[in-house]
Amino acid sequence: MSGLSKRQKRMAAVLVLVLGVGGAAFLGFTAFSKNMMYFYTPSDLLAGAAKEGATLQLGGLVEKGSLRREDGLKIVFVMADCEKQMPVRYEGILPDLFREGQGVVATGKLGIDPVTGERTFVASQILAKHDENYMPPQVAASLKTADGKHSCAPFKSLGRPAENLAGKPMTAAAEAPRS
Amino acid sequence: MIPELGHFALILALGVALLQTLLPLAGWRRRDARLLGVAGSAAQAQFFCIAVAYACLTYCFVTKDFSLLYVAENDHTQLPLFYRVTAVWGAHEGSLLLWVLILSGWTLAVSIFNRRLPADLSALVLSVLGSVSIGFLLFILLTSNPFTRLFPVPAEGHDLNPILQDPGLAIHPPMLYMGYVGFSVAFAFAIAALISGRLDAAWARWTRPWTTTAWLFLTMGITLGSWWAYNELGWGGWWFWDPVENASFMPWLAGTALIHSLAVTEKRGLLKSWTVLLAILAFSLSLLGTFLVRSGVLVSVHAFASDPARGMFILIFMAVVVGGALTLYAIRAPKLVSGDSAAIKLFSREGLLLLNNVFLVVAAAAILLGTLYPLVLDALHLGKISVGPPYFNAVFVPLIAPLFVLVGIGAVVPWKRGDARSTWQRLKWPALAALLIAVAVPFALYGRATVVALAGGLLAAWTVIAASQDVWRRVRSKSSLLDGLASVPRAVWGMTLAHIGLGVWALGVAYVGSFGAEKDIRLQRNAEATVGGYNFRFNGADEQNGPNYKAQRGSISAGRGADIALSPEKRFYPSQGTMLTESAVDAGLLRDLYVSLGEGFDDGSWSLRIYVKPMVRMIWFGGVLMFLGGLLAASDKRYRLVRAAERKAVAGATAVA
Repeated sequence: MSGLSKRQKRMAAVLVLVLGVGGAAFLGFTAFSKNMMYFYTPSDLLAGAAKEGATLQLGGLVEKGSLRREDGLKIVFVMADCEKQMPVRYEGILPDLFREGQGVVATGKLGIDPVTGERTFVASQILAKHDENYMPPQVAASLKTADGKHSCAPFKSLGRPAENLAGKPMTAAAEAPRS
Repeated sequence: MIPELGHFALILALGVALLQTLLPLAGWRRRDARLLGVAGSAAQAQFFCIAVAYACLTYCFVTKDFSLLYVAENDHTQLPLFYRVTAVWGAHEGSLLLWVLILSGWTLAVSIFNRRLPADLSALVLSVLGSVSIGFLLFILLTSNPFTRLFPVPAEGHDLNPILQDPGLAIHPPMLYMGYVGFSVAFAFAIAALISGRLDAAWARWTRPWTTTAWLFLTMGITLGSWWAYNELGWGGWWFWDPVENASFMPWLAGTALIHSLAVTEKRGLLKSWTVLLAILAFSLSLLGTFLVRSGVLVSVHAFASDPARGMFILIFMAVVVGGALTLYAIRAPKLVSGDSAAIKLFSREGLLLLNNVFLVVAAAAILLGTLYPLVLDALHLGKISVGPPYFNAVFVPLIAPLFVLVGIGAVVPWKRGDARSTWQRLKWPALAALLIAVAVPFALYGRATVVALAGGLLAAWTVIAASQDVWRRVRSKSSLLDGLASVPRAVWGMTLAHIGLGVWALGVAYVGSFGAEKDIRLQRNAEATVGGYNFRFNGADEQNGPNYKAQRGSISAGRGADIALSPEKRFYPSQGTMLTESAVDAGLLRDLYVSLGEGFDDGSWSLRIYVKPMVRMIWFGGVLMFLGGLLAASDKRYRLVRAAERKAVAGATAVA
């Protein structure tokens, strides 16, 4: 390097920097676009908004009376928003707060049910990070009716629960100071 | 009465913080030693006020004074005393009070240990810390007052969030805050240097122990947090890349970069400008973390928008602090630093340290992108997305792997100019040894290997061996082993230990990922399952009640001879109507057996989540080693001796003047 002038050295340094930052950005954005998951409601999915085979998140309410257990840990239930329903298939342990009538978010892919041949959402993970007074914000938003004021959710509190002392949603995710 | 006293003490603290900020600044402008001297006493008075306020709130929690809204929300008559004390920081208001308590504690420490520093620099540092304190005290008093009364007074509290009722929680947030807030000292030193123009090797030497101390607390906080999540959340993972975790990890990466660039600034007087920028960056990321966790923006961007007082306050505060600091930097830094960085050769210790900084900062930026991008999209109504662990792993691993290679090379390359030939001579045997170990260990322990295990093992062994070389060479150059060990300075021990910790951590990560086994399974009473070569027999579940919860306790006999008893629980906390999974772990040096209960079925069977986690302890053990390394490095004699010498020099100069 000793043969190079100061200016050339600086140019080389800038070049290395640009290549490095460019490489890192490329890496980052590739990983980003590959692993980004969009959030849908059952209505969106039935309207064909999602690509077949892509991993995505589906949010909605677990329809009352729809939960059916098969052998082992296999579970089938129906997830619904205000208008449409979507059958969901899952194998594994349900979260503590999973209940019929509650809002959940499922991560998985759109597929065909091997038993019934229907279009089914095959979930690999189910989240129900809420207590009685709280539900995932995406779900809450997706359950609002068109005028934005009411919710079709069959339980009391989408906005602020009146009986909650603080008037704010109390959630493990919000208050766990794991920062 | 007591709550009002606490509230009053907080208001008083705000007044004192104002004095602590303004008077020393005025003193610095007018060169008035008396005004400069106010800084120290103000810092001490402020600490006293905030400690009184904090003690008042703790008193209210211990005595279950439900006339306070915050206590009523987070306390309960059935809550054990220990958790009543830790519940003080269990939610928003109290954790902010802890934040300012720790900030004033750091300020107090600076006012005590900085007596040896030049009076103007020390006073400016305290002034900057005072201004940060003003921001947070205003935030508490205006938007998040823990002493707000509640009427009518409820007979029973809402209870502490059950997930926080765990001993791991008791120490982990204070540790994290010690780290977070500790970077404010490095930040204050950076701003003071920009204002006073005193930006030299001595400045770096004064800043180093403070930065290392903040870093070691943050390291321990993150380690404890990871351990707590593993034990408490029942998912068997040690890191989830969730935004709350990222909020603490970004300042850690920036702080790690800062520690390394401070070394260059102290030893070679180079990279000054970059070091100052990193100090600003590390503290800005701490503030950003506080914003993310405390504004409610993570729960929902729109929840934040509908109740914007808190979030907006932190956002504006952040804009003022970060914007102000960067503006000052843009104006002052070019005047203070001559074009020294051109003198750096890439193949030298400072060059490699610079490279280390680039990787660390880019890694922090990648995590920042993944954390903020979904929030920004949602805020602009461009769709709801989430970025899962696959993104973070895909970006983080290739950015962090080169650092392990650098650690080994950096340990043998001298300052100023390295020589490829002698570097290779010194490193060829460590490289070969690392390769042999990386291949031999997985086959010996597990009879198989994966690419990840081989690569991770290679990096881990390489880091441990190469990092130990420095100590080894120093010892070998002395006549006896004891002489040699005694001659190694604490700073070198600290660096070595921290780098070994990094290697140990990598080993844990690679082996858990490669040889871990997991199974979700439904078991009848007395039925067995085999996971990862271990047997698990389910002996049934029975009822078992605690002080403030009802529980179902499962009984499992695990291990090759079914001789280890595990009793995971499913708890129900009636006060909050919450279910909680309490997993059972049999911890071992080489493997953990981990079981948590899913749900009970009508026929008496239960669904169980079973994990076998080889070497998972190494992950936290690595963190503990880094913590200890930091402790050794921060307590190096050198800082105290040099300071004493400098004090003499300063005193002499003053006498002459």
